[in-house]
Amino acid sequence: MSTRLATGGRLIDRTRPLGFSFDGARLRGYAGDTLASALLANDRMLVGRSFKYHRPRGILASGAEEPNALLGLGTGARFEPNVRATQQPLFEGATATSQNAWPSLAFDIGILNDLAARLLPAGFYYKTFIHPRPFWKHLFEPVIRRAAGLGRAPREADADRYEQLYAFADVLVAGGGVAGIAAALAAAATGARVILAEQTAHWGGRAPVDGDRIDGQAAAEWVAAALARLGAMPNVTLLPRTMVAGVYDHGYVLAEETLADDPAPGHARRRLWRIRARRIIAATGAIERPLAFAGNDRPGVMLASAVRDYVVNWAVSPGDRTVIVTNNDDAYRTALALLDAGLAVPAILDARPEATGALPAALRARGVRVEAGRAVARVLGRGRVRAVQTCLQAGEGAVIDEIPCEAVAMSGGWSPVVHLWSHCGGKLRWDEGRAMFAPDPARPPTGADGAAMVIAAGAASGALHATDCLRDGHEAGRRAAAEGGSMPPEAASPAEAPHAEAPAEAPLMPVWRMPQGAGVRLAAKMWLDFQNDVKVSDVELAAREGYQSVEHAKRYTTLGMATDQGKTSNINGLAVLAGAIDAPIPAVGTTTFRPPYTPVVIGTLAGEARGAVFQPLRRTPIHGWHEARGAHWEPVGQWRRPYCFPQGGESHADAVRREVLAVRNAVGLLDASTLGKILVKGPDAGRFLDMLYTGVMSTLPVGKCRYGLMCNENGFLSDDGVVARLSEDTFLCHTTSGGADRIHGWMEDWLQCEWWDWKVYTANLTEQYAQIAVVGPKARAVLEGLGGIDVSAEAFPFMAWVEGTLGGIPARIYRISFSGELSYEIAVPAARGLELWERLMDAAAPHGATPYGTEALHVLRAEKGFIMIGDETDGTVTPQDLNLGWAISKKKADYLGKRGQERSFLTHPDRWRLVGLETLDGSVLPDGAYAVAEGTNANGQRNTQGRVTSTYFSPTLGRGIAMGLIARGPERMGEVVGFPTLDGRVVQARICDPVFYDKAGEKQNV
Amino acid sequence: MLTLTCPNCGVAADETELAPGGEAHLKRFGPGASDDDFEAYMFARANPKGIHFERWRHAYGCGKWFLAARCTATLEVFATYPAQSAAPPEAVLAAIRARRPGWEGRS
Amino acid sequence: MRYSGLRVIAEALTGHKGWKPVWRDPAPQPDYDIVIVGGGGHGLATAYYLAKEFGQKRIAVLEKGWLGSGNVGRNTTIIRSNYLLDGNEPFYEFSLRLWEGLEQDFNYNAMVSQRGIINLIHTDAQRDAFTRRGNAMILNGADAELLDQAQVRAMYPFLNFDNARFPIKGALMQRRGGTVRHDAVAWGYARGADSRGVDLIQNCEVTGMRIAGGRILGLETTRGFIGARKVGVAVAGSSSRVMAHAGLRLPIESHALQAFVSEGLKPFIDGVMTFGAGHFYVSQSDKGGLVFGGDIDGYNSYAARGNLPVIEDVAEGGMALMPAIGRARLLRIWGGIMDMSMDGSPIIDRTPVEGLYFNGGWCYGGFKATPASGWCFAHLLARDEPHPTARAYRFDRFLRGLMIDEKGQGAQPNLH
Repeated sequence: MSTRLATGGRLIDRTRPLGFSFDGARLRGYAGDTLASALLANDRMLVGRSFKYHRPRGILASGAEEPNALLGLGTGARFEPNVRATQQPLFEGATATSQNAWPSLAFDIGILNDLAARLLPAGFYYKTFIHPRPFWKHLFEPVIRRAAGLGRAPREADADRYEQLYAFADVLVAGGGVAGIAAALAAAATGARVILAEQTAHWGGRAPVDGDRIDGQAAAEWVAAALARLGAMPNVTLLPRTMVAGVYDHGYVLAEETLADDPAPGHARRRLWRIRARRIIAATGAIERPLAFAGNDRPGVMLASAVRDYVVNWAVSPGDRTVIVTNNDDAYRTALALLDAGLAVPAILDARPEATGALPAALRARGVRVEAGRAVARVLGRGRVRAVQTCLQAGEGAVIDEIPCEAVAMSGGWSPVVHLWSHCGGKLRWDEGRAMFAPDPARPPTGADGAAMVIAAGAASGALHATDCLRDGHEAGRRAAAEGGSMPPEAASPAEAPHAEAPAEAPLMPVWRMPQGAGVRLAAKMWLDFQNDVKVSDVELAAREGYQSVEHAKRYTTLGMATDQGKTSNINGLAVLAGAIDAPIPAVGTTTFRPPYTPVVIGTLAGEARGAVFQPLRRTPIHGWHEARGAHWEPVGQWRRPYCFPQGGESHADAVRREVLAVRNAVGLLDASTLGKILVKGPDAGRFLDMLYTGVMSTLPVGKCRYGLMCNENGFLSDDGVVARLSEDTFLCHTTSGGADRIHGWMEDWLQCEWWDWKVYTANLTEQYAQIAVVGPKARAVLEGLGGIDVSAEAFPFMAWVEGTLGGIPARIYRISFSGELSYEIAVPAARGLELWERLMDAAAPHGATPYGTEALHVLRAEKGFIMIGDETDGTVTPQDLNLGWAISKKKADYLGKRGQERSFLTHPDRWRLVGLETLDGSVLPDGAYAVAEGTNANGQRNTQGRVTSTYFSPTLGRGIAMGLIARGPERMGEVVGFPTLDGRVVQARICDPVFYDKAGEKQNV
Repeated sequence: MLTLTCPNCGVAADETELAPGGEAHLKRFGPGASDDDFEAYMFARANPKGIHFERWRHAYGCGKWFLAARCTATLEVFATYPAQSAAPPEAVLAAIRARRPGWEGRS
Repeated sequence: MRYSGLRVIAEALTGHKGWKPVWRDPAPQPDYDIVIVGGGGHGLATAYYLAKEFGQKRIAVLEKGWLGSGNVGRNTTIIRSNYLLDGNEPFYEFSLRLWEGLEQDFNYNAMVSQRGIINLIHTDAQRDAFTRRGNAMILNGADAELLDQAQVRAMYPFLNFDNARFPIKGALMQRRGGTVRHDAVAWGYARGADSRGVDLIQNCEVTGMRIAGGRILGLETTRGFIGARKVGVAVAGSSSRVMAHAGLRLPIESHALQAFVSEGLKPFIDGVMTFGAGHFYVSQSDKGGLVFGGDIDGYNSYAARGNLPVIEDVAEGGMALMPAIGRARLLRIWGGIMDMSMDGSPIIDRTPVEGLYFNGGWCYGGFKATPASGWCFAHLLARDEPHPTARAYRFDRFLRGLMIDEKGQGAQPNLH
């Protein structure tokens, strides 16, 4: 039975009891507990079920490496799945639930998989469920999918807030153990800007638990003093509860800080730190490895260091009697901690032939049975440990004796946490003596300057012993400050590293299988990956089947692919693989370390960019007016434009119809502010625009407007708009709403990178002006109502512009038309846009004052056969395809796209070209439809001969009108072609002139 | 997250401030050019695993284009220099050779 | 050795000791009729079909790392044929049909799972564009349906339908789209090719090409010279480097693309979903992880690792679409190298060097193409003429102006 000890617990505050629940049971813990320590204190040995076999799972570890204790936490919009109990501080009212078990954690039907485990070895699914084919979709996969996953997916919108911060550091230290603290002290002393981040809420790492002394003080006291010093330094930022998730190129670091477990309303729950660091010190410690013996997955079998942590930090006894099994000296510290807490250690099984170091001697002196050359043959007990059977490590598993116990503390040695070293390409070396992959200082990850940007320090670099660890951290801090800071370390940083007093340790003996001669029956009970249920026998099967690359074995068995990403299993697994294929471990190599170090909640990464802040809206100066009038919106790029302005109970279609007729018969107003407006100025402006547009702009007289087309170098149409010549050396280029930024960038690209000696200056003025189109036969009357500018036909002809004061507002008016009607587009300073709009609406009141939206705009232009970029074009259409040859200069030697248009396919006579389309029954041709031709091609595709590009109901004509691209279209006027639709009909339409309304163009020129 | 120093404004900019523009020092071929020259200009790219001369625009900064010599394998940056360069300046080539003695030059 | 449920049961009785290696580990022969460079999905599929469908003998696949270590080992596992343009759609539909039956063909369960793919629609213009795409798909013999908002809501009620910014108005659905267990594709093809006598040679990197008189003679490799009558290169992520050995400059740039997987969750997303307002898509694997994809970084890179801007983009897109996933966690973020072609579409063609053939430029769409790419490349290698569905994937389309540009972005690989 695991329980709370009466005294001790350096991290818990017994004066602050906390209530929480687990699967509905009300339990109690203390402030300072983790969810894991509180569960253990309440004898909750069974906390979960494994993924594949649904075997009972207890707590294995005490930190980020925990593979088993994953719980659901919270409810409703604050429910979070897969919370690692070992990392989650307890808080009042915490509601935890077990996962992956049905109907309950104790009685889980999924355990049937365990009984069938022999039928379900690694990769069994690749070899079966193949025939008959429909069974996979309708039978096997649904069953497999139902069993998938661990935690329940959250379904309600996340109720919490997340925030993000930027920071810059000369030296970022990841890891607040004694190596990291020593590094931070050494670096900070030089005045360098230092950030010290620690994933837990506590500083000092393992040292305070291990009981070492530093500079004559107990480790915990030294840590407290060091933190006080660091905290007082203005150049140091301390970040507890901050997990450094990943190292990215050029010294960029992501870290996730937990601000609150149960945040007050409006307060952020987590914070993403985006840190640019000149040097990064990875002082991330090491992770203890399990030993592979039969039954090592039983609840009650724990890592030796974790047992020590639970006893010392949280005063939790894992059971009265704990058997230690180890291949190294460090695990003896656990025995000492247990004895000091008044608990029993029936035996220490040491796989090494001899156990003669200072720590074994100390244990022997306290009367503990220390057995060298001994191993665990098998753990007895199902839901929890009952006893262990011992055997010789050198043998095959013949049982020597049986030792009753409630817990087993195992240690297979330590693996440096090399993730941050590896994320950006740092390489590892195999340390044969200590059986570990450690960072290879000769092959570090490099930064923008080609120099090493990460320095591994302390246990993360392989320096496991406290003395080495401190020296290593100190040196790393000095070096990082020298390279990343602005002052040489000699100036301020002490040369001497802090000194630790700790017993010397004898070397470990690599043990990858216990006992070494165990057969397949035992191997099938030796777990490597506790969450994904990968056993020694599975890795051996993979090797036997030829999946001999470490990546093959990983992917075939799923070793290390669980939520702990193999922190406790990868090294053991690859060592087993190496043994199975008779290769040295370094030749097998590791899989790739990928960020994040531990999983990061998606909310932290999204930060504040949610709701309205996700891709923020661009608003015109008149946006609010539209909103107040109930405009139905349409997203256009980052803008939102009114699609139509429904009145009363009017449908959108009815509103569009009314708006179109208002423009045709009286007057309508359009907010055209989103239109791109780019100023092009300079002595070479005309020459430049002649290259940019297919037509000639340099001949445009001042005071006039001209329509222009822009192509990319492939020759395809990319944008269009009206150009106005404002003065001899100044042009204003209108672009499409979505194209303004792109075209401005395009202009700058050519000016800066190709024709850099041309004297031209550009400015994107899109948002400087509000622009309003006043359109319809009564448009002139409306402008006259405001007064100030002579808008008569004589003074202000079609395709001209004038400047003046319209109704007291400085304005430039372009007489251009995208509807075929008399039309003025009035540009005023953005700040006066709303005022002008309201004045125009008032002036238009006698004529109905109809604001119209983008759909009416589309219908009006389609009735006139005007093309729209994005409808008639899709990046594969040339101006010639659209019969716009009149806007292409035949005389110019060059323009962007001209050479591309000369290629054979672009000049082919069979190209699809723009025509009008009218259905035989007057209906609206469906959008996106293709015109089919007879038969099929070599691929069995239905032959096609064109497609619809724009199609609308024309209120003006009272029937459907459309435009489309048809093979040799303009040569085929009057022909009828069929358009199949998604619902299986075929609509017949006649090819016709795309100009459906006012072919002579008289109405715009009055 | 790359950092490139814009030679126009001197700002060491995060890549989120920058817009990449592909291979640098391409010679434009317009009307009158052969099919092969036009194709090479438009489409053929060196794409080296190693030192790449490339275009960037300080799009959310000073707005200016510039060029960079960068290793596409390690992402090390050797130099940034003005967009108004028909070929990499000698100082840029020297900076590369200093750090990559065996470099064989532009492919 | 034939795989079946009965075999698994029989082996269970003997402790699974009877399983044979899935492929041999042969030493390279001095020469072959056909050498495929690249032991990824496309290379292995090519070798498989050369042996099985085109009666070719004396074939080797050279792989610089481990089989399947290319992009077949690091993608988001989606299969679909919802393409727009004539040059693409028949090829991808051919590929989808090969997926339907692949496992029975090579006797390996690759978990081809046709749970459907939807492209969400947020605006009228998008609906028009997807309608056009749906029509193109149907005319090419694929399946396509337009769903309205209610139909999407019935499938995925937890989406943010009324998101004021990008309301969900419907979707284009291809029911035959879905996902496949990606590694198993490489392994299934490898096993099938090996059993038909193809030599799969791992840890064998090509370091040069021996060319004389305009004709390929063989390859210099880290395991010595290997002669070949014909060489087919299918090395996504290394195309420009390998083809540079033949002095060729490709219409390709290499870019890093990231993918993401969350911790395992109980199933709640059945099919594949793409967000129409950001570069974001998601599916849920048979193990329960949400698999996300995003955009490329946008600059040339051979560093197969991730980068923050895209991670944020994906997290933001994900939360905009599914506000509940704020509390799910990203488990692993990885990167791969995409050979982005200048029009966004692939190349399967001869080269100016006689006997040297190229397959590449798959951008980030290569996984779904694996079977048809292998088949069509095998067709070209065996018969010296393009397969009908891959006829458009030629080098000279750029010179002739016959680009296959689905997105209409022009010659800017980082925009495809």
